[in-house]
Amino acid sequence: MYKYNDFDAAFVRERVAQFRGQVERRIDGSLTEDEFKPLRLMNGLYLQLHAYMLRVAVPYGTLNSAQMRQLAMIADRWDKGYGHFTTRQNIQYNWPELRDVPDILDALADVEMHAIQTSGNTIRNVTADHFAGAAADEIADPRPYAELLRQWSTDHPEFQFLPRKFKIAVTGAEADRAVIRAHDIGLQLVRNDAGEIGFRVLVGGGLGRTPMIGKVLTDYLPVADLLPYCEAIVSVYNLLGRRDNKYKARIKITVHENGIDQIRALVDERFARIRAEFSGVDQALLAEIQTAFAPPAFKTAETDGYEAARLANPAFRSWSDTNLTAHKADGYAIVSVSIKKHGATPGDATSDQMRALADIAETYGHDELRISHEQNVILPHVHQSDLPAVYAALRAADLATANIGLASDIIACPGMDYCALATARSIPIAQQIATRFDELKLEHEVGPLKIKISGCINACGHHHVGHIGILGLDRAGVENYQITLGGDGSEDAAIGERAGPGFSADEIIPAIERLVLGYLDLREDASETFLQAYRRLGAGPFKAVLYPDKEGARDAA
Amino acid sequence: MPKAFTPKVITANALLEGDAVWLTDDDRWSRDIAEAELLTDEAHAELRLLEASARQSEISGAYLADAQEGEAGPEPVHFREAFRTRGPSNYPHGKQTRA
Ligand code: HEM
Ligand code: SF4
Repeated sequence: MYKYNDFDAAFVRERVAQFRGQVERRIDGSLTEDEFKPLRLMNGLYLQLHAYMLRVAVPYGTLNSAQMRQLAMIADRWDKGYGHFTTRQNIQYNWPELRDVPDILDALADVEMHAIQTSGNTIRNVTADHFAGAAADEIADPRPYAELLRQWSTDHPEFQFLPRKFKIAVTGAEADRAVIRAHDIGLQLVRNDAGEIGFRVLVGGGLGRTPMIGKVLTDYLPVADLLPYCEAIVSVYNLLGRRDNKYKARIKITVHENGIDQIRALVDERFARIRAEFSGVDQALLAEIQTAFAPPAFKTAETDGYEAARLANPAFRSWSDTNLTAHKADGYAIVSVSIKKHGATPGDATSDQMRALADIAETYGHDELRISHEQNVILPHVHQSDLPAVYAALRAADLATANIGLASDIIACPGMDYCALATARSIPIAQQIATRFDELKLEHEVGPLKIKISGCINACGHHHVGHIGILGLDRAGVENYQITLGGDGSEDAAIGERAGPGFSADEIIPAIERLVLGYLDLREDASETFLQAYRRLGAGPFKAVLYPDKEGARDAA
Repeated sequence: MPKAFTPKVITANALLEGDAVWLTDDDRWSRDIAEAELLTDEAHAELRLLEASARQSEISGAYLADAQEGEAGPEPVHFREAFRTRGPSNYPHGKQTRA
């Protein structure tokens, strides 16, 4: 795991000390809110509907057990005993008091964590495939590159006041688990014909009010050119990006308005000019970083116990069917721990659960944990022989829900239960859908299905790329939910299409149920997923089940 | 034609906790909307908002929110403001625990 060097440590401490002074001056009234707001946002502190919210970065989603325990301690000491894991691989605390925030930041620095650049028009926390370094299908671990990008972008003088926020995601595999096509820059490790590693670079993806799928800027960029090339992209955007209109300021609009070919020409030109400035120091740094991401010492052991436990315990079998993914090392598995117990708030973990996860990671998981953008926690390296014990420990902590990738594994943003920008609630909708599917006992039969919910057009809940997306709106002072269909955040990324008129809070759960039951009738056989059926049939038959009373719904299709 | 002025209250977030607060007619910040001053005159409302916004060491982000006269005092009109009088719906946190 990456360890802070002296510079990192001093930098983070200094930022905390600065912020402590700023908080004091805000409390005694010598800073107004207008003056303080940009300062607090730079340190991840938001003001929401009922309280402040502190957003803590979990770089590329990777944590060790000591860090997870510290997150639990912070939840107990300064919050209400829980934390919220988000789609940006961050953790958010919903109830900190202003006076305590500098102490919280110091407690984070104690375990090499911070909240810097989790907000504002800067390059945000770089996200990565949550199975990085473990997945059987990856070319290489993408996290060293994410860390290199983080070091380059943190406090980068040229990029503190970009036209708008800037998000980078990296994956090492063809299967896109990091939604790289919905990021400002998406990076995918690929091999060229000579077998050398490089990047496919996508640019201009994004969600929000104008969703766009990223476009390929280059199919192969040598690893050594990563920083100068990214710097070229960001500086072209910094000049060209529209500062006149907040809604047109993201790079997706710059790319859309100028065309990918024009952007490519400008980036290439800029890249040619600045490349020499990167004299290889970055490559020396990368080599150093890479040693910090060396794989753990994998063990060898018999796996008979695992097979026997699967036969003996149907609950364990069901869990291992849904919550495990193939690992690159022999005899190992990747465990996805669902933070989506039916009826609970997606992504919320209590401090006891965080400590249980830390203990399990320490005992059985080479001390590593990940936060996934799907708001679950990953134990990336568990030997199969330890799976029965891991399952038992997860059960004891109420963390053994077997629903990864299924209908109740819902992404939901905080919505109007917390967020000041929301137009409707999203959490209760997620809770009710999950509860309903649990009652129906159908989700295993339904199979892979991604439902994603946002409480406003900003799309923090990724609804545009949900197979079923739900967007909460305010229609004349009443919560109203709009459904989109056929979205996909994977390597075949697609933006969902609006199905038709929205539903009230009472109607939305039955509407989702109709849609899913309708799919069961429409699919060719059990192997055809919801998304595949939608792609084969088009929106028509799905709209017909969604709006059964609408005359001509079938014809309109 | 300009829209007719509808009654308002002044609301903000308390500086230290971030909790929702409302301005009373005796210039206190109350945690209870029922104690708020209901503003029915537009010019007076604008003036009160200026005064409220100046109290930077007590609150953040003062604004005018629609309200109506209820039995016990002003009540929210919009669901967003109603949530602010209670707290989130997924846990018994926030104001609803003190009710
Ligand atoms: C206080 C709460 C939050 C605020 C004020 C907020 C604000 C915003 C805004 C304004 C946008 C639109 C940006 C644009 O299109 O230019 C946005 C997008 C986004 N936010 Fe949030 N957000 C909040 C919470 C969250 C949470 C909890 C998550 C993760 C679960 C999240 C993840 C995202 C993502 C993934 C996007 C869309 C991707 C993109 O940037 O294109 N946000 N947010
Ligand atoms: S989508 Fe809207 S409601 Fe949800 S967290 Fe983002 S800004 Fe808030």
